[in-house]
Amino acid sequence: MAMSGAPLLKSDAAPAPPPSFRLPIAWVAAGAVFVLFWLYAKPVWPAAFEYPKTHVVKLAKWISAAMKWLIDEASFGLFSFTDFTRFVSAVLDVPYTLAASLLSTGFLEGSGSSAIQIVPPLPCVAVIGLVMLLGHWLGGISLALLAGGCFLFLAVFGQWTSAMITLASILVAAPLGVVFGLLFGIAAWRWRWVERVIAPVLDLMQTIPVFAYLVPVLFLFGFGPTAAVIATLIFATPPMTRIAILALRAVPSEIIDLGNMVGCTDRQMTWRVMVPAARESLMVGMNQVIMLSLNMVIIASMIGAGGLGFDVLAALRRLDFGAGLEAGFAIVALAIAMDRLSQAAAEKLSAPAAGNQTSGLVARHPHLAAALGLVLITVVLGYAVPAIHTYPEALQLSTGTFWSEVVAWININYFDALEAIKNTMLLNVLIPFKRFLGDLPWLGVTAFLGFAGYRLGGWRLALLTVCLPLFIAVTGQWEKAMITVYLCGISAAIAALIGVPIGILSATRDRIWSGVQVAIDTLQTLPSFVYLMPAVMLFRVGDFTAMIAVVAFAVAPAIRYTALGIRKVDPRLIEAGRAMGCTEWQILTRIRLKLALPEILLGLNQTIMFALSMLVITALVGTRDLGQEVYIALTKADTGRGLVAGLSIAAIAIVADRLISAGASHTRRRLGLE
Amino acid sequence: MTTPEARLVCRNVWKLFGADAAAFLAQHNGRPEAAAIARAGLVGAVRRVDLDVHEGEIFVIMGLSGSGKSTLVRLMSRLIEPSGGDVLFKGENLLKLSQSRMIEIRRHQMGMVFQHFALLPHLTVLDNVAFPLDIQGMNRPAREARAREMIDLVGLNGKESAFPRQLSGGQQQRVGIARSLAVEPEIWFLDEPFSALDPLIRREMQDEFMRLQTKLHKTIVFITHDFDEAIRLADRIAIMKDGEIVQAGTPEEIVLTPATSYVAEFTKNVARAKVIRTRSLMVPADSGSVEGPVVSARSTIADAAPLFLDGVAHLGVTDDAGELIGRLDRETVVALMLQG
Repeated sequence: MAMSGAPLLKSDAAPAPPPSFRLPIAWVAAGAVFVLFWLYAKPVWPAAFEYPKTHVVKLAKWISAAMKWLIDEASFGLFSFTDFTRFVSAVLDVPYTLAASLLSTGFLEGSGSSAIQIVPPLPCVAVIGLVMLLGHWLGGISLALLAGGCFLFLAVFGQWTSAMITLASILVAAPLGVVFGLLFGIAAWRWRWVERVIAPVLDLMQTIPVFAYLVPVLFLFGFGPTAAVIATLIFATPPMTRIAILALRAVPSEIIDLGNMVGCTDRQMTWRVMVPAARESLMVGMNQVIMLSLNMVIIASMIGAGGLGFDVLAALRRLDFGAGLEAGFAIVALAIAMDRLSQAAAEKLSAPAAGNQTSGLVARHPHLAAALGLVLITVVLGYAVPAIHTYPEALQLSTGTFWSEVVAWININYFDALEAIKNTMLLNVLIPFKRFLGDLPWLGVTAFLGFAGYRLGGWRLALLTVCLPLFIAVTGQWEKAMITVYLCGISAAIAALIGVPIGILSATRDRIWSGVQVAIDTLQTLPSFVYLMPAVMLFRVGDFTAMIAVVAFAVAPAIRYTALGIRKVDPRLIEAGRAMGCTEWQILTRIRLKLALPEILLGLNQTIMFALSMLVITALVGTRDLGQEVYIALTKADTGRGLVAGLSIAAIAIVADRLISAGASHTRRRLGLE
Repeated sequence: MTTPEARLVCRNVWKLFGADAAAFLAQHNGRPEAAAIARAGLVGAVRRVDLDVHEGEIFVIMGLSGSGKSTLVRLMSRLIEPSGGDVLFKGENLLKLSQSRMIEIRRHQMGMVFQHFALLPHLTVLDNVAFPLDIQGMNRPAREARAREMIDLVGLNGKESAFPRQLSGGQQQRVGIARSLAVEPEIWFLDEPFSALDPLIRREMQDEFMRLQTKLHKTIVFITHDFDEAIRLADRIAIMKDGEIVQAGTPEEIVLTPATSYVAEFTKNVARAKVIRTRSLMVPADSGSVEGPVVSARSTIADAAPLFLDGVAHLGVTDDAGELIGRLDRETVVALMLQG
């Protein structure tokens, strides 16, 4: 048995006939080999089960050392690397301070507690009015009311100051994210080698948890709002880059021919032809960047973003659910307003209306004129009537105590029931599964993943699915990685068990689907932290709580992809099925579900990705997986530890993603859909 | 008759898709056989094309989908880089030109109309038509004046500030035509310009196109998959199949003497009378020897036939200068018309 799984697999897989034919036999054989290895190899070869500590590569230490060198010694000659990064944050600080002063703090003289306000910030009436005007311009009266309502909510519930700080950082981060993403996207579109360099980085950035690069950002850019803006940029730029590349690719070739035929230079081609022609999709990217920036709000507050994120985090730390929930609601209100406004902006700006012919500055720009007027009047009035400037405290509502009481009431009355549910789940499902995974030999798992990679996607995929688990084992993360897999796997499975049936049920019923769609759209606008709070309130800290939060977050893609997959099935096939006399049940199982299988698989893939990204956040409630490792590294400011754990999470995500995608396209080929 | 000047000349032009196509072509002395191409794993999109486009003529390249016609027109303007051969435009070999000289030529001497219009969605009709001028750096008043002229020419007045998506397909293609003419090109490429339109609109646009051409006398390369469109519009036609030109000639030559059975498939349902011109059926005659009504030597038999309704036995045939050059007999015409 000293032969490891890998050589065994080689002899098994080498004379492989076309994959689709002998597929089940090969899988069963590989599975059997794996089980035998797992059951009987332990006494003979313990190293295959527990990675020997002496051979752990101290990658974390090396990274930390490299980081230290970068900070202390690296230099470009005239100035050191640290000088450079501090310069970047100083530059970014200018627009941020401007936005924050305007919206929240006012313009100050001096610093710290001795600072004196020279000019007050914009009155809250003015901000609400501006948002409503913007809403009216972009999407008419209903959008104006929605956006205004959301902002009024912030004022009424006493979240105004924090919310404006958050808004300021988004107003700085989002445009920069869009610009950088667009520039990277253009570069990748124009030069093939740039794309080759960028593509793997994009993949990695999409899967590596944000926490992992908070520490290096903290070291390089210092603690404070600008560092938070940079972290947000790192988080939000890759998706924009991806969208930009796709959008530019999707421009019809005739348009490119046109550009060449009229004699565009490269620069004209990019800015006069390609970017405008891709405008519609680029606008979707803008919305994405804004939403991702909002999603970062809480995480970024760990390195000094302040604002609502900080409020939530602080409340969570002192277990003050009421306050946390209120700040959480405020983030949601902000998210909804920003989402709808940016969607309307995308629509408005990509579908130009006929030119306005009326003359006169005010008549041509009524919204701009009204905005200027509003600001002038409210600022002046604000000095006389304080209520216009700052929402009066007497009129503020707080539901914080109410929520705390509700939670207390639930816990008093239903404590036993909740506890019973939690314990049953823990004892019968969670813990056995965790033990099972912990018991598996790392070498066997790696070999089996390699086999799966080979069967589904050939040697290249096999190489990937072997190397990434090896990386985890070699850096000494295997045990924690298995806990991550366990939590993520169980949560994704439950999310799929809930989501897929809902998707199936709602897919064929238009009215239910439109309702469900609104629900999952809203769920996806919410920052992931929000999911954590109710779970913590009811089940306190621990794996079960983490699981509930992850399931709540990851159920949306399962529903969406299932429903879309089923709805996409060619109606002529359904008709054909009916004509052959299929019952509805037969149509569902024999036609719809079968043909929707690849989509459902992709939905599962997304569910797993969502679960993994949420998992790191649930580290706050005391799980013991890689997420916790990253989180601890953050609190200890240990760059290497955080990055290695983060890369391991990315490795798990990439392996799962590649295997499932390969499986999906395999299925599609088998179904003749490709 | 003087030979008209060749504006655009293709000499042994090739486009092979696949790795190292140019090297492969050089190895085979620039003329590989089809079997050799297939063996090397290459795809021969355009093969050994030789053709001349004359000053002021409508040269139609006709072929079914996949015949390489769209590739060929892009090789002529170097939108696609040929694997081998020469493309001479007014005697200058386009393939040897620098990037900047090529941009210069495209800006001032070439115009192109696209199958799916290729209008920029974010610009108004006026800005779309003015776009090529804007790219050249022409100032706003000048380019807008020119664009308005072009919009006027294609009959879209009043639509200047509309956006493409607010127009019908036919109107969008009129914008495309106006835009391609805005730079006063010396050669005008039209890549299946009417294929995406409804049959009725297509007919209308063909008439419009002929009206424009009688006014402008451009040198035109016109791509189509529609044989009827080809014989309707062409001065000369080249028929493509599998990347090669199987026959080139006037519509008349092609209909009367199809070179291969493939070409004959297209021509067999074409009414002869609509293609054959009076010049081909006339009996030469001296000036003054024929009395009665006259027709132009350029008219088709179908156009001339109604004149026989009055019971005349023959018509006089005149050349472009109005000089009598021949006699067209009633029996010849009837015989042809009865053949269908």
